[in-house]
Amino acid sequence: MKATIFKDKHESLGGKMVEFAGFYMPVQFEGINVEHETVRKAIGLFDVSHMGEFWVEGIKAFELCQKVSTNNVAALTDGKVQYSCFPNDKGGIVDDFLLYRFNEQKYLMVVNAANIEKDWAWVSKQNESIGAKITNASDDTSQLAVQGPLALKAMQKLTKESILDMEYYTFKVITFAGIENVLFSITGYTGAGGCEIYFPHNVGNKIFDAVMEAGKEFGIKPIGLAARDTLRLEMGFCLYGNDINDTTSPIEAKLGWITKFVEGNDFINRPALEKQKNEGVSKTLVGFEMIDKGIPRQHYPILDSKSNIIGEVTSGTMSPSLKVGIGMGYVKPEFSKIDTEIFIDIRGKALKAKVVKLPFYKG
Amino acid sequence: MKYPGNLLYTKDHEWLKIEGDEAYVGITEFAQGELGDIVYIEVNTVGETLNKEEAFGTIEAVKTVSDLFMPVSGEVLEFNSEIEASPDVVNKDPYGKGWIVKIKLTDLSQTKELLTADKYSELLG
Repeated sequence: MKATIFKDKHESLGGKMVEFAGFYMPVQFEGINVEHETVRKAIGLFDVSHMGEFWVEGIKAFELCQKVSTNNVAALTDGKVQYSCFPNDKGGIVDDFLLYRFNEQKYLMVVNAANIEKDWAWVSKQNESIGAKITNASDDTSQLAVQGPLALKAMQKLTKESILDMEYYTFKVITFAGIENVLFSITGYTGAGGCEIYFPHNVGNKIFDAVMEAGKEFGIKPIGLAARDTLRLEMGFCLYGNDINDTTSPIEAKLGWITKFVEGNDFINRPALEKQKNEGVSKTLVGFEMIDKGIPRQHYPILDSKSNIIGEVTSGTMSPSLKVGIGMGYVKPEFSKIDTEIFIDIRGKALKAKVVKLPFYKG
Repeated sequence: MKYPGNLLYTKDHEWLKIEGDEAYVGITEFAQGELGDIVYIEVNTVGETLNKEEAFGTIEAVKTVSDLFMPVSGEVLEFNSEIEASPDVVNKDPYGKGWIVKIKLTDLSQTKELLTADKYSELLG
């Protein structure tokens, strides 16, 4: 099992440690509800160093990115970030990722920890006929996410660069906490605002301590993976391995907004996905809220009013903010309209739920 | 973690407080810690007589769900209405206000198979 450079910090802060995606990670510190609320109302610090980072460089960089990414890389400008996915050639998704453009010959892909090896093999294979310079920097890069409505205000204390006016999905390379060349990105997986910060391992502890110190007056707390999951689910953000995988297409997953069928965007499997978009899909990802009291969990069957199975839950939890059971799952398209009544088979009992608009949490 | 000496325990991390032929049943400090924030407790067996190790309800934390098992055979007399409304009481006070059900034992001899506080602590290691 791998560990991030922050292992000792997590243990000394009382983190309950588990294996996640091959990494020894904190699942919880003080408690999932307290941590969740801290991120919604103040600031939370997440170690996300387990995420993978691939650099794509050189004159062929754009060509490779465009080929492997469903989103339109041509629309990305310097200093901006794009959410996208790697489509496979069988109608599924290899992974979802963030794409950073430094300049036309330098991009950074940030991928899920559980998929680093698979993604690297996939991108390398696609690069065989292109020849961009690609580097897997996953083992050399640490990442912290500082999330919450007060996060940027606190982080502004650590840099002379103006970060308060940075737009969502933009980044800068700045001097931060006295460290040069820190990648500072207005992104995150919580919907609470804030940033993600990338840096080499050797400056990690200095940055971690500086962030905690700067956030102290705002009530910063370390946050575990459990709250990261409830926060992302309240926003309706997909989790690879739950809501999307090698067999779900971006169209089925309602990721049409990052699947751009524009001229020049000839990504892998485009014809099949375009056909799905035009002709329809056989299943579609929806968000639902429980009407009856109960908490949906992954793999629970979704039923119609006559108890026919119409789908399966891919993610579910009790929403700490809304205090109601929420979930996502694939259903037959005729059940995907907002307010459609569906039933979740919760350990043998069909409990009523309704399809709702995402995000669940509207702030 | 504390395991009061006046209670009996099970390997499923439940406790029993015997009062005559009745008993209060709850989950241990260890169990509430492992579950994390408890958000929902369901008991639909009030009035039913269940065998030892049969499920009398479920307890859900934000991330997980587990069954609650009868530590001994008996009739489920009462479900703690306070924890139905505020399940976090089980996290805060697992041996006191966080009791889950009151039962009437049908076979008092079964209590001999339960663990003392010392034996239970040993089990946790």
